[in-house]
Amino acid sequence: MADLTSDFIGIKSPNPFWLASAPPTDKEYNVRRAFEAGWGGVVWKTLGEEGPPVVNVNGPRYGAIHGADRRLLGLNNIELITDRPLEVNLEEMTRVKRDYPDHALIASVMVPCEEDAWKKILPMIAETGCDGFELNFGCPHGMAERGMGSAVGQVPDYIEMVARWCKEATDLPVIVKLTPNITNILYPAEAALRGGADAVSLINTINSITSVNLDVMSPEPMIDGKGTHGGYCGPAVKPIAMNMVAEIARNPETANLPISGIGGITTWRDAAEFMALGAGNVQVCTAAMTYGFKIVQEMISGLSQWMDEKGYTSTSDFVGMATPNVTDWQYLNLNHITKAEINQDDCIKCGRCYAACEDTSHQAIEMSEDRVFTVKDDECVACNLCVNVCPVEGCITMRTLEPGEMDERTGQPVAAEYGNWTVHPNNPSVQAAE
Amino acid sequence: MTNSPLSEGVVAGRLSGAELTENFADLHPALDTHEALVAADRCYFCHDAPCMEACPTDIDIPLFIRQIATGTPEAAARTILSQNILGGMCARVCPTETLCEEVCVREVAEGKPVKIGELQRYATDTLMASGEHPFERAPATGKKVAVVGAGPAGLSCAHRLATYGHDVTVFDGRAKPGGLNEFGIASYKSVDNFAAREVDWLLKIGGITVETGKRLGDGLSLASLQADYDAVFLGLGLGGVNALGVEGEDKSGVDDAVDFISDLRQASDLAGVEIGRDVVVIGGGMTAVDAAVQAKLLGALNVSLVYRRGRDRMNASVFEQDLAASKGVRIITNASPVAIHGNGSVREIEFEYTDDDLNATGQTVRLAADQVFKAIGQTLVGDGLPDLDGGKIAVDGTGRTSVLGIWAGGDCATGGDDLTVTAVAEGRDAAEDMHQSLA
Ligand SMILES: Cc1cc2nc3c(=O)[nH]c(=O)nc-3n(C[C@H](O)[C@H](O)[C@H](O)COP(=O)(O)OP(=O)(O)OC[C@H]3O[C@@H](n4cnc5c(N)ncnc54)[C@H](O)[C@@H]3O)c2cc1C
Ligand SMILES: Cc1cc2nc3c(=O)[nH]c(=O)nc-3n(C[C@H](O)[C@H](O)[C@H](O)COP(=O)(O)O)c2cc1C
Ligand code: SF4
Ligand code: SF4
Ligand code: SF4
Repeated sequence: MADLTSDFIGIKSPNPFWLASAPPTDKEYNVRRAFEAGWGGVVWKTLGEEGPPVVNVNGPRYGAIHGADRRLLGLNNIELITDRPLEVNLEEMTRVKRDYPDHALIASVMVPCEEDAWKKILPMIAETGCDGFELNFGCPHGMAERGMGSAVGQVPDYIEMVARWCKEATDLPVIVKLTPNITNILYPAEAALRGGADAVSLINTINSITSVNLDVMSPEPMIDGKGTHGGYCGPAVKPIAMNMVAEIARNPETANLPISGIGGITTWRDAAEFMALGAGNVQVCTAAMTYGFKIVQEMISGLSQWMDEKGYTSTSDFVGMATPNVTDWQYLNLNHITKAEINQDDCIKCGRCYAACEDTSHQAIEMSEDRVFTVKDDECVACNLCVNVCPVEGCITMRTLEPGEMDERTGQPVAAEYGNWTVHPNNPSVQAAE
Repeated sequence: MTNSPLSEGVVAGRLSGAELTENFADLHPALDTHEALVAADRCYFCHDAPCMEACPTDIDIPLFIRQIATGTPEAAARTILSQNILGGMCARVCPTETLCEEVCVREVAEGKPVKIGELQRYATDTLMASGEHPFERAPATGKKVAVVGAGPAGLSCAHRLATYGHDVTVFDGRAKPGGLNEFGIASYKSVDNFAAREVDWLLKIGGITVETGKRLGDGLSLASLQADYDAVFLGLGLGGVNALGVEGEDKSGVDDAVDFISDLRQASDLAGVEIGRDVVVIGGGMTAVDAAVQAKLLGALNVSLVYRRGRDRMNASVFEQDLAASKGVRIITNASPVAIHGNGSVREIEFEYTDDDLNATGQTVRLAADQVFKAIGQTLVGDGLPDLDGGKIAVDGTGRTSVLGIWAGGDCATGGDDLTVTAVAEGRDAAEDMHQSLA
């Protein structure tokens, strides 16, 4: 059996699955049950300053995007940081950490962008026995208007400054949580590194409007006839989050900066993908909010089965293994030629591949009178659209042509050697160099 | 309740009112909105969809299911009804297992088709519940058309002609319009007086006059219709029934299945419908199954359906056969009736076993029977009709008969299966051709 125990920047947990800072981690009752269910760690719901806590709206907080069968694909929220008093949270954290010493408990924090505020609160929180801090620079709504959250996260200089204050204020590890609401994720990541952060976690939620109420003409979730942008999360954001993780992991400057991967992780496979791209562990919010704490059992069993199958004994064996294969478009091998191939035994003759290719791609699929669908190799550009629209997984595959084999579309034999855009004759800069 | 399933003879009230109500409830209860959305989500929106090809009225099934999935069942209903004005009834009575759902790619892939029929019902019920009639009649053309027969074929023809602005008079020999929708379809497929409600809704298009109690050949002649109208459509259905041609057929208790079903459909109180204790139904089609199942549901103790060939040759679909079996009907195959015994009333019916080519084997068997229903096929009745072919009015693809100005469709005409949906398609297509020729 693979060993799932995780050591992320010195913080140990029974497995790499943490609950992200959000409603699932907002109180002792939840966190105890999460640990009992099998979660390796939690990032406690973001704590604010002492004094009267923030207040949340009293109408709906969530909007959603659904797929077939009302499967929740994307969730959006307008919730703020914890709306419970700081002392109550600290007492609860202390009790939980005392009873679950082997589980990771991270304190998420967001206070105004003032040195005193950060330096005062961190030592107070550290007394709970927590294993580290996560600085919430990501929340895109409500807090940003108060000069916190993503208002800080969008200004790299502030990130660096706050991270430095925090490192000065505590010996515990400090993770900076990044907002994706920025054009280039490397700027905040590099700033965190400069400020001395031990790691970054990403992504927080994405600015979004999920739907519009067409009767009232207001965005949803709607509060008394008005709505505001909320933070988007869930399966829909996974591709965006993974790209950002990969960008940081393959950027020479931040390549050694540990990453806690967050965004749409729902299954063991999602987690493995984030980790392959360079995340040392993962955090989950929406999947738990959709299905409950129990999903972690599938994540644990799935990840360990896969690791056994691959012969990985510890998660560090495969963390970052896919990172070197993330490259720029210009380095992709243009001499690698594939053709779509339809397995007639699996085909259920729905014709979706045909409609897609005929109407919107390259007219490379033939449909016979009796609904047999075949790929025309002389037209197929290998775009993969048919593969993606086919309802039967594995029915259409892309076959790689062997070197020397004829590409019937171009009439040229497949070249054996690697050749990318930087050396392609159509590239104007190649001609300029000649 | 004076009687029970054990009571001897042909009697009423074998079951309590509550039992009868339960037995004759909707065969497929209507989908609620949640169920409809779940079912609609399964559709792949196929290109040139096989289900659509299999629908005799060519309903754009992927489109209407997508309209349901996106929260516009009324638009879905318009998609359905523009092809099939009796889409509500067809949703209830079509043998979808041998039509659209048989070829649904998810039937092919998983053995579980998209519930096309039930979704169609969801859409059409939603629109009809609003009371709205979604079509508008074109300005009156002044042309007059006579339609004989207010069954699915005639009604579909009349509606299409009316939308084009023609004035249509529909004659029917019966006291109510609807044809077999009203008098033939099994009760549990069309509950709550749906057939009559659908006709009322269909007539909202305007321009259609229904004259019931007017029978062609009985005070109404084809010649006079031709003289008084610009075109004539015949949707007579099959009014006659085949006889068994065996000894003892005239004994009391030996009835036509269609008459039994019609009486049942028209009964105001099912507890008043008489049924035997030991019922034998002869035939292998939908009518035989419907008679057998409804006999059982009325409380008959033993119901046997006897067919002269093997099961695979039965016209009733596997679904229908299984339905009968699940209600407790015993299906006996390879047996052909040879004599009906009894003193005045039937007591027993004797069969001889036959092979699939109907060769007699010499072995016979007798079944106790106090009621026998004959369901071995219907025939066209009427004199002076256009040319026939194989016992039906010969028509071309557009419903034209051998007589200029007379069209025909539905069960009485050649082409297609004897199904409600086929009758609707033929009535509609004939109307299109009539409209062209009236222009
Ligand atoms: C018991 C039974 C169950 C069935 N179940 C199903 C089913 O579940 N699903 C399915 O798809 N199909 C079913 N069918 C078949 C279906 O009912 C018919 O195919 C369909 O009704 C044919 O429509 P039509 O308009 O051609 O004829 P009909 O529905 O028979 O209508 C003909 C009309 O013409 C009238 N008429 C006849 N002669 C004259 C005349 N001389 N003058 C004036 N009016 C006249 C009749 O009174 C009748 O109203 C069933 C049939 C039967 C008998
Ligand atoms: C209702 C809700 C409240 C959240 N509150 C916080 C928060 O207080 N602090 C924080 O750092 N992130 C918060 N998040 C963001 C999540 O921690 C996480 O970064 C994001 O949801 C993406 O992960 P997911 O796709 O697994 O949900 C919240 C998310 C949701 C849905
Ligand atoms: S890969 Fe693209 S071009 Fe080739 S058959 Fe599929 S859709 Fe058409
Ligand atoms: S999309 Fe897939 S299942 Fe459908 S016809 Fe094409 S290959 Fe067959
Ligand atoms: S065949 Fe089935 S899946 Fe395809 S369009 Fe028709 S109902 Fe939908």
